[in-house]
Amino acid sequence: MKDLISNLNKIFESRIRLGIMSVLMVNETYDFNSLKQTLAVTDGNLAGHLKALEKEGMIAVEKQFIGRKPNTSYRATEKGRVAFKEHIAALESLIRDT
Amino acid sequence: MKNEVKTHEDIKAIRKLMEESTRFLSLSGLSGVIAGVAALAGALLAWLFIDAPWSLAGVAALVLVVSVSFAYFLSLKKARRDKRDFWTAVSRKMLLNLSIPLATGGVLAIIFLIKGNLELVVPVFLIFYGLALINASKFTLGEIFYLGLLEIVTGLLVAVFPGLWLAGWTLGFGVLHIVYGLVMYGKYGK
Repeated sequence: MKDLISNLNKIFESRIRLGIMSVLMVNETYDFNSLKQTLAVTDGNLAGHLKALEKEGMIAVEKQFIGRKPNTSYRATEKGRVAFKEHIAALESLIRDT
Repeated sequence: MKNEVKTHEDIKAIRKLMEESTRFLSLSGLSGVIAGVAALAGALLAWLFIDAPWSLAGVAALVLVVSVSFAYFLSLKKARRDKRDFWTAVSRKMLLNLSIPLATGGVLAIIFLIKGNLELVVPVFLIFYGLALINASKFTLGEIFYLGLLEIVTGLLVAVFPGLWLAGWTLGFGVLHIVYGLVMYGKYGK
């Protein structure tokens, strides 16, 4: 039981961070505005959570220009993928065991 | 207990996001039926104008416009009803992947029409439409993959037996769409 809880990653506790990771697990990259639309959150809220995930090395940021418009997109890093999978496995076994 | 409920909800939310961020789920089944009926009406018109290849192209264009417009409006309505966004990164990806083979096939069919290779026009339409559906199926309801396969088979058959072009058109664009639309309608609603 103790192992199980240690596998639950603190960084993924927020629903929005779980959402961001879910989208990035199945999409190579996803841009800021599409993430905002998919998760139905505000700019500031999303930016804060993205920053936190980036700081932990779970996601990587790619800034580029499409025409003259800046476009920021995100992708999950290898570390992020592994951590997220472990987190999901821990969540699932938590349900099974209770 | 409270935690368990939250965990269940988290996992449900994760699944939903993974699906909705990779697949456009608002494709309307009813629009498939309408496209099929439009194609059957087109086949009837084509049968009346059988001696003029350009009027056949006109009929095909008309059928396409009617089908696409209905698909657009009915899918938009379905998205609203299901409280989903219509114009998203996924729907754009799906459209792009659908339109590249479709436009290629359209241009190729016109080239064949101009060069007088009339017996290849309908097979090319059917085959490239099938390829377009298969290409788009990665980004929407997976069932259109099988519709795409059947369109390709129909197209190849018409290429072998050019005399069957009207039957191929009726089957590929008419009957298959109606059957597909009804199946989708039953499975996912309007």
